[in-house]
Amino acid sequence: MSPWQKRLEEATLEPARTTTRDYYLVVGVLLAVIAWALFAYFVQLRDGLVVTGMRDRISWGLYITMFVFFIGISHAGTLISAILRVANATWRTPVTRMAEFITAVALMTGALFVIVDLGRPDRFLNVLIHGRWQSPIVWDVVAVTTYLTASLLYLYLPMIPDLAFFRDRLTGKVPRWKSGLYRILAINWRGTDTQKRQLHSSIAIMMILIIPIAVSVHTVVSWIFAMTLREAWNSAIFGFFFVAGAIFSGIATLIIMMALLRRVYRLEEFITVKHFQYLGFLMAAMAGVMLYANISEYVTAGFKLEEGAEFIFRQLFVAEFAPYFWFYLIAGLIVPIVLLFIPRMRTVGGIVFAAVLVDLAMWVERYFIVVTGLRAPLLPYEPANYAPTWVEWSITAGGFAFFALLVTVFVKIFPIMAVFEMVEEQEEQAAERLAIASESALPGEAIT
Amino acid sequence: MVATARAPSHRRWRGYAALGVAAAAAVVALLMWGLTPLVVLLGAVTVLVSAPLLAARASMSRPSRREWKTWLFADGVRTVDRRAALRLFGVAAIFGSVTQLIPKMVEKVLVQGQTPPDPGDLPLRARTRQWTMIIDLRRCDGCQSIGLPPQCTTACIEGHFTPEPMEWIEVYEHELPGDGTRFVPTPCQQCQNPPCVNVCPVGATFSAPEGPVLIDQDRCIGCRICMAACPYDRRFFNWGDPPVPPEALLADYDLELQVPARKGTVMKCDFCPDMVRSGTLPYCIQGCPHRAIYYGDLEEDLATNGRELVSVSRFLANNDAFRLKEELGTQPRVFYIPGHGEDVGRDPTTTGFLPIRWPWKSFAEGSATWSR
Repeated sequence: MSPWQKRLEEATLEPARTTTRDYYLVVGVLLAVIAWALFAYFVQLRDGLVVTGMRDRISWGLYITMFVFFIGISHAGTLISAILRVANATWRTPVTRMAEFITAVALMTGALFVIVDLGRPDRFLNVLIHGRWQSPIVWDVVAVTTYLTASLLYLYLPMIPDLAFFRDRLTGKVPRWKSGLYRILAINWRGTDTQKRQLHSSIAIMMILIIPIAVSVHTVVSWIFAMTLREAWNSAIFGFFFVAGAIFSGIATLIIMMALLRRVYRLEEFITVKHFQYLGFLMAAMAGVMLYANISEYVTAGFKLEEGAEFIFRQLFVAEFAPYFWFYLIAGLIVPIVLLFIPRMRTVGGIVFAAVLVDLAMWVERYFIVVTGLRAPLLPYEPANYAPTWVEWSITAGGFAFFALLVTVFVKIFPIMAVFEMVEEQEEQAAERLAIASESALPGEAIT
Repeated sequence: MVATARAPSHRRWRGYAALGVAAAAAVVALLMWGLTPLVVLLGAVTVLVSAPLLAARASMSRPSRREWKTWLFADGVRTVDRRAALRLFGVAAIFGSVTQLIPKMVEKVLVQGQTPPDPGDLPLRARTRQWTMIIDLRRCDGCQSIGLPPQCTTACIEGHFTPEPMEWIEVYEHELPGDGTRFVPTPCQQCQNPPCVNVCPVGATFSAPEGPVLIDQDRCIGCRICMAACPYDRRFFNWGDPPVPPEALLADYDLELQVPARKGTVMKCDFCPDMVRSGTLPYCIQGCPHRAIYYGDLEEDLATNGRELVSVSRFLANNDAFRLKEELGTQPRVFYIPGHGEDVGRDPTTTGFLPIRWPWKSFAEGSATWSR
């Protein structure tokens, strides 16, 4: 075993073996926020949605924003693990596990917000009992549950060897429930050739399957809006636009998460500046795609300025929502591209700063897409206004805390990096180097 | 990866094919049964769980391209022998039946959830009525001349115990080209292609056989996508426990009456199906002091405002009737005769009308009210 592999194994085992006081502090704070959010939700259940800022004319708000945002974040895992795996970009291996954590956890958070938004959460099962194919909501339920199933599987499959590694190394050193969990989840992995072959082909199938699923998920999320007769959402580009935004914000979230975990668990050797730079470039490329989508969207509608479009453009570009819109456009799309263009800014700090801007901007974008679309008056009445109440802010904060808590706890229990795959790739590369060396060697000379 | 050479295994693959056909048949049967979303969920889970396992199996005994060919063409020779021909016929039959099934499934899906109530429950009639409403704007002055708030809205609120601040029929003041305004009483347009019905995930809102779009507040989950979809702003949500008088609370719930109002569900104008069945006109028509609103049957081509009887087709054609947002293709059942109250002596520059009042708060103290 090379010293590199030893260090890698130690670094991965470390979070599961030792628990610091800071960890309990973080979990405590997050639990407190969640408890407060639960109280707010209790108030909402007791009094009805009247405790929110939503009313008949702007009937969706923060909750739907959170739903769209978090389902978007979940595309991080698909991009890093599936698309880059298909593209055979091996640099992504050390960050795959984190990306897949984010995917699963973000999906759970996003799905929760649909329930939170319902006027009658007690009747949620009606969607299964009386579900109608024609409804975009049913498309969403089907797509999100399929995606959650697929991404949990896709998180689990590559983790099996690492769980076996945890089982072998941690039994006796961690509480019994934990080692029992590793034993069960490792499903008797012994690392035989047959097992490896089966694992590889299963992962290969899942990585192809999950790409269309992921694309479909955010497409149908956008169709919740695009399938209504609202001027601002009446756009064929909406599905593509949402998927692009999803991958964009997913990369940003992954960069932030990577920086945090790298710092807390001292993974500097394995998650290097190179990873931040590569992901940063990807993020800048997606910012370009988003800019292009925005131009397509607004120029085609703004040039003709059909009835109703003027109001939407006015509130977005110069009036009520102008600060949000320009923040999104400049700080969220243009600044990250510029930052990545400057070599001196391509440090971890610089890229994380860009990622924070992107996440903020994408959250704001989801917010103004939801609210401006509903705000445009349909008949001659004064446009309504929407201001979220403390209940909505509390539950929103609770949603972020829930997301952070799940990531924190996941990382404590499960292997934080894909050790098995990293070692395998390292060996492959070494073998390749050996092969190149043997080719350049003199004929007849043996390489051992 | 290590390539494993194994004996040709097309028999096993035929087994899989048979399994696939059986599964497809089961899915079709379940689809017909109407449990579609469940089937999709189960199907997706099954595929996702079995795919890696199947892949793992396949990797151990992956048939070469040649073996795949032998499955269709006997022994890898591109001549069609009897067995191969039978196989091809079999494949063609499966393919053909599937393509035959698809239009049927699409049709099934399109009507699913829109199943009207059992015809046995409806009163026996010679033919199905197609209710319509014609609003003569020439006679609407927003009740300026009688010095009261719009009486259609007021009568509707009192008749339906409509919770504050819902105005199921709401008077909007549209600006006229040039100077002045006109009043447009706007009930639910009872679209024949209703966007709200199309988006409802649970079939809580549906088109009744006689035309009205109704809502089952016992099924509504309160997702509010119908409110986003309605281009006429005609849907209202019970954000809190709505204020209603005690008699409404004691009533047995009926979706044609929408009484008592239920927290967390959507409500709207229902075209008063119970009223017309008992031979009276909807509350708004009874309340209108100028008899500006007609109610009728497109099928019988007759409509009345309580005083006069008109032929719907003649009346609409003779008076250049229009519908709201015709370009959206919603095909409303509510028609308007253009005007600005001139028949009742209103000048278009006299704007404004008195605010609507809801009496329920005094009956139901402590209940929640909210603004629009």
